[in-house]
Parts: sequence; C-alpha cells; structure tokens
Amino acid sequence: MKFIYQTWWKVLAVLIILYTLIAGFLFGVPTLPILHETIRNTYFHVPMWIAMFTVFTISVVYSVLYLNTGKEEYDLVAVECVNTGTFFYVLGLITGMMWAKFTWGAFWSNDPKQNSAAIAFLLYCAYAVLRNSIDEEQKRAKISAIYNIFAFPIMVVLIMVLPRMTDSLHPGNGGNPAFGKLDMDNRMRVVLYPAFIAWSAIAVWIASLRYRIRLIEYKRNEIN
Amino acid sequence: MKKISVLASLLFAYAAAFAQQSAPVEMADEMRSSGKIYVVIATIVIIFTGLAIYLFSIDRRLKKIEKEK
Repeated sequence: MKFIYQTWWKVLAVLIILYTLIAGFLFGVPTLPILHETIRNTYFHVPMWIAMFTVFTISVVYSVLYLNTGKEEYDLVAVECVNTGTFFYVLGLITGMMWAKFTWGAFWSNDPKQNSAAIAFLLYCAYAVLRNSIDEEQKRAKISAIYNIFAFPIMVVLIMVLPRMTDSLHPGNGGNPAFGKLDMDNRMRVVLYPAFIAWSAIAVWIASLRYRIRLIEYKRNEIN
Repeated sequence: MKKISVLASLLFAYAAAFAQQSAPVEMADEMRSSGKIYVVIATIVIIFTGLAIYLFSIDRRLKKIEKEK
C-alpha cells in the first residue's frame, strides 16, 4: 500500500499521457474509409475502458482480500475502485456514443456492444444501490464484496465475450478483429499501448486519492 | 555502393506501390499543413496539464491532513 503514497509513477503517467496527446494528433494513422481522422479516437476512447478494467480488477482483488481477512480498509479500497471505475465507464460510454454518431450514424443504434455495455453499467449501479441500502458496516462490506466478485466476470462476459459472438458494428466483433491488421498498424501501437498504461495509472491514482479521503472519514467516525 | 543502389531501388518500388492506392481517403491533411492542428494540441495539453496539477495539489493537501492525524 506504500505504492499509492509515492509520486514517481504519477509523474510518469502524466508525462506519458502528454506524449500520447501530442503524438496522437501528429503521428501518421492508416487512411481508412468512414473512419477518416476519427481513428485517432482510439487513443482516447479505448484507454478509458482499459482504465476501467484496471480499477475494477483491483476492486475484485481487494474484495477477495476483505473476505479473507475482514480488514475494513480493504473494503474501502474496493468501493473506491468501483466508484472510479464507474466514472471511467461513463467516459467510455459517452465517447463511444460520440464516435458512433459520426461513423455508425446514430448515438445509439442498439448495437450488441452498446446494449451489453449499458446492461453491465447497470450492474455497477446496482452495486452502489446495494451498498447504500445496508446500514450495518460489516454486513455491508461482506455483501457488497460478494456482489462485486460476481458482478465482475458477468461484466467481462457482457462487454468482451457476448458482443463478439454476434454481428456488431464495433471492431472486434463478428469475426472482425479489433487491433488487427485491418485497422491498426505499428504507428498506432506506439501511441495506444502507452496510453493504456498511463490512463490505468491515472485511474489508480484517482481511486487512491478517494480511498485516502474515505480512510480519514472512516477513522474520524471510529473515534466518535 | 551496389548494396545501396539496390536498397534505393527497392525503396523506390515500395513508394511506387503505395502511390498506386486507389480512391484517396479524405484526411485532415489541409488542417495539418496550415499548421492549425497545433492549436488543438496546445489546448488539450494545457487542459490536461491543468488537471494533472490539480490532482497533484489534492494529493499534497491530503498528505498534510494525513500527517496531522
């Protein structure tokens, strides 16, 4: 846990994102019909989802740790990771809708990817509702930890697996590879992969800030 | 010297192969050539730098509060 109090990785993440902002607009990209310059959205839309996956994964790890040890701090990490993940989820959805408007023709075209992403979003909204509906602290922590552990694989299946088994407009579906030879090349990879890492780090940073605030609140309540 | 000339001719063939692509796809080449894309980059870099500084300042304030405890 000492890691979240250190500064070097935060500076590194900010520098890498600054690099992707500059390189993302200046480096060459494949010239593709329909997409045109919007292919650069890949550098900003996809990292939102990767960042979300990173904090949700951390959240599940801490939910398991909580159930193993019963340490209240682990529950606080789990809930703040979910909160931050939900924020990046909304960013991913909105940027996706924006992009869809100009490439697929509508903000929402009931595409399998969009629909299952919306359903998975409700899963995590239900997590927040569930938490807030239980007053007793340990019960709340335990039930929401178990819910979180179940919600995560369902979310992964909904977003990553099910849309790929049917026809979808989104890349990576219906036998149409995402990040494949068709729509990506190495000029894009040198920007995209650093962006994945850096945005994940930013998400972890925000989650850690929220966790530290919540820890102070928790300790203050404990004294009273 | 021979190697270099072979390499040069291969490179030229490579460029020629690219030049033969059909129906050009419209990109924002004009915007870039007139240099105005740099304005956009400057804007987002300023915004992101501001957000980063803001995050760092929150981090610092939290550290202070944590030390008081």
